[in-house]
Amino acid sequence: MMRAAVLAFALLAGPALAVQPDEMLGDPALEARARAISRELRCLVCRNESIDDSSADLARDLRLLVRERLLQGDSDREVIDYIVARYGDFVLLRPRMGGANLVLWLAAPALLLAGGAVAVLWLRRQGSRAPATPLSAEERARLERILKDG
Amino acid sequence: MIVELGHFALILALLVAVVQAVVPLAGAARGWAEWMRVAPVAAAAQLVLLALAFGALTHAFVVSDFSVRLVAANSHSAKPMLYKVTGVWGNHEGSLLLWVLILALFGAMIAWRGRNLPAALAARVLAVQAMIGVAFMAFMVFTSNPFERLAVPPVDGQDLNPLLQDPGLAFHPPFLYLGYVGLSTAFSFAVAALIEGRVDPAWARWVRPWTLAAWMFLTVGIALGSYWAYYELGWGGWWFWDPVENASFMPWLIAAALLHSAIVAEKRDSLKSWTVLLAILAFSFSLIGTFIVRSGIITSVHAFASDPARGVFILAILAVAIGGALGLYAWRAPLLAARGVFAPVSRESALVINNVLLTVSALVVFIGTIWPLLAEFLTGAKVSVGPPFFELTFTPFIVLVALVLPVGTLLAWKRGNLARALGRLAPVAALALAVAGLLWSLGTGRSLIAPLGIGLSVWVLGGVLAELAERARLMRAGPAESLRRLWNLPRADWGKSVAHAGLALSIFGIAAISAWETEDIRVMRPGETAEIGGWSLTLDSVERLPVGADFDIPGCATSSPTGFGFLLALFRETGPRNFITDLGRFTLRRNGEPVAGLCAEKRLYPVQRMPTTEAAIDSGWTRDIYVVLGDPQQDGGWAVRSYVKPFAVWIWLGALVMAAGGLISLTDRRYRVGAARRAGAPAGAVAAE
Repeated sequence: MMRAAVLAFALLAGPALAVQPDEMLGDPALEARARAISRELRCLVCRNESIDDSSADLARDLRLLVRERLLQGDSDREVIDYIVARYGDFVLLRPRMGGANLVLWLAAPALLLAGGAVAVLWLRRQGSRAPATPLSAEERARLERILKDG
Repeated sequence: MIVELGHFALILALLVAVVQAVVPLAGAARGWAEWMRVAPVAAAAQLVLLALAFGALTHAFVVSDFSVRLVAANSHSAKPMLYKVTGVWGNHEGSLLLWVLILALFGAMIAWRGRNLPAALAARVLAVQAMIGVAFMAFMVFTSNPFERLAVPPVDGQDLNPLLQDPGLAFHPPFLYLGYVGLSTAFSFAVAALIEGRVDPAWARWVRPWTLAAWMFLTVGIALGSYWAYYELGWGGWWFWDPVENASFMPWLIAAALLHSAIVAEKRDSLKSWTVLLAILAFSFSLIGTFIVRSGIITSVHAFASDPARGVFILAILAVAIGGALGLYAWRAPLLAARGVFAPVSRESALVINNVLLTVSALVVFIGTIWPLLAEFLTGAKVSVGPPFFELTFTPFIVLVALVLPVGTLLAWKRGNLARALGRLAPVAALALAVAGLLWSLGTGRSLIAPLGIGLSVWVLGGVLAELAERARLMRAGPAESLRRLWNLPRADWGKSVAHAGLALSIFGIAAISAWETEDIRVMRPGETAEIGGWSLTLDSVERLPVGADFDIPGCATSSPTGFGFLLALFRETGPRNFITDLGRFTLRRNGEPVAGLCAEKRLYPVQRMPTTEAAIDSGWTRDIYVVLGDPQQDGGWAVRSYVKPFAVWIWLGALVMAAGGLISLTDRRYRVGAARRAGAPAGAVAAE
């Protein structure tokens, strides 16, 4: 309960908008890059929000840091590496493609291939099976009846 | 007293569910008709008892009985009546009570319609349904009792989370739960069929309407949630790939796959064991979703009620339900031999492709959702999996689904002619490519999103029209004959066309907003005008309204956004405001002509000391203008964020059209009450094509 109250005060003090006008860079191209990078970075104290969407103070600090690095001439890659070096992989909303994360990244193509293969095998097997089950005795009798009537 | 009656009714419902879970099952096994007949009576009794319990809890909220712990923790005497009522399910315990109430509702409806089912099947389905009820009611009674009293009632309550004090709470959770819980019917039918070891076309025909209804509710529930996030969270995001959103999206994808495979099971007597598996999976993902939401195990913006201890209980339910059902499946599924055969190029094959894509995409979402948990467990590393990952990995599946869809609908059952289908689609393909090429060359989009997405939506929508033209023999038969043919198409086919058109519309809206949205952030002083993407926006004034001001503000047509306003207007807030309001009045002009007056609000809820933003949205068919009032600046100005969001409403309209397609399909003759009986014996009663 106490923690909730503290959090509420933090929220109250913090800005209600994410990116504030005073944070923005004069150069629109640089600002656009800053926004794109911000969408890739997690607000560490929030639940699943990027720093671009978050109104928390820490998110603001990170946004300012990103812009500072960009102004110093860092490439997008370098900015992200800089932040990761300070805050760890947890800050990345797009996990790095490597190590254990390979499982995550390869899941989609691997599952699609596996699913496709199973489907193809099954389709071929069922397609090559004898055409339908033979008529039951009852159905054969009915067929004969119909033929006789005809 | 009323609270205790509700409490008593809940416990009694649990006991009735225990009886319903055991007696009919034994009766079905032994062929004792009397024992089987217990099921429908018990199902009706459960519904009545849980309705009583729910009514009692609602009463406690309405009269603000703060001696009930749940009411004290989640309500406040000054809260508007709408939120006193909707606040019943705006918390963990209450939402579970809604969950089991809806479960009982579905149980009672199966019992009512079950008169057309074979007695043993109906008894088994209801018994399985009751087992789910037992698990969840026990969970409530032992770990999450909504009727718990406080020895010393507080003077006033702690109020509801302000983000939830919104008309969206009236619709979003009930629809979502109707969807989640509705899938329990498919699960119960699947487990009952496995116990019997028999799945025939009639079984598929009984399952499909329930799945269809659940899927429809889920579609509407997800769309409402997305729209709620869009207007409430303050920057117009409509999907965040949040674990809780994914929790509702996974069952939706699996249910969509199930709907399609059940068609093959019904019409062609094939894909049966796969259909049963999907029915189990669909509800399993619902349960996993409940687990994710209720345990808070994966941190997310939605976890307003999380408690790891309860997570363990739900995990046990999950293990027994999913493990048990899949075990039963492994044991009994080999009995379900397919009888219909088909060529590799056929409607059946197209539906198999659809199923592979939808199921794999659901699994990919699942892996992405639990990866942070899995990675931490396996390697100890903390990782995040956010929107950039899901957008990259999920989008290809939707692209593939949309590419295959029109071709599949033009293939015949059993043996199709691919060249002929593609020939019919040639004009559509040409049009889609032309549109995509045009958008590409105009270069208005930031990326491939616009050409690809809008080209695809043209392809799907054109495919729907091409299929209808084919069915009507347009150009070949006379116009009167074509019209007659269209008129006589089965409702299920119309439903299919409408639902597919809805998918095309949603893809269109998503592509348009992703590619062409423009944003403007600036400081504005009252009287200043900003030019945003061809519109001019003037901040007229900012005023502060105290607590107690009326909800209706003169000059602000509605404090809720328009667009879906007709729906929200039904549940408009009225009376005094239980928060402080900073009201920014804007005028939107185009070429100097006023288009709309907009009222954007910043709200501060004094009880929870939490601010929220109420965006002002001028909604239209071709664009939404979205304005948010930010913080006051030192120089007397205000931070203002404004967006032009092209074709935004089509995202949700598309979803509603999809759901409408489901509804149309549901009215098809062969799903009507008694249809199964008229169609004759279960086996071999394949509806004539």
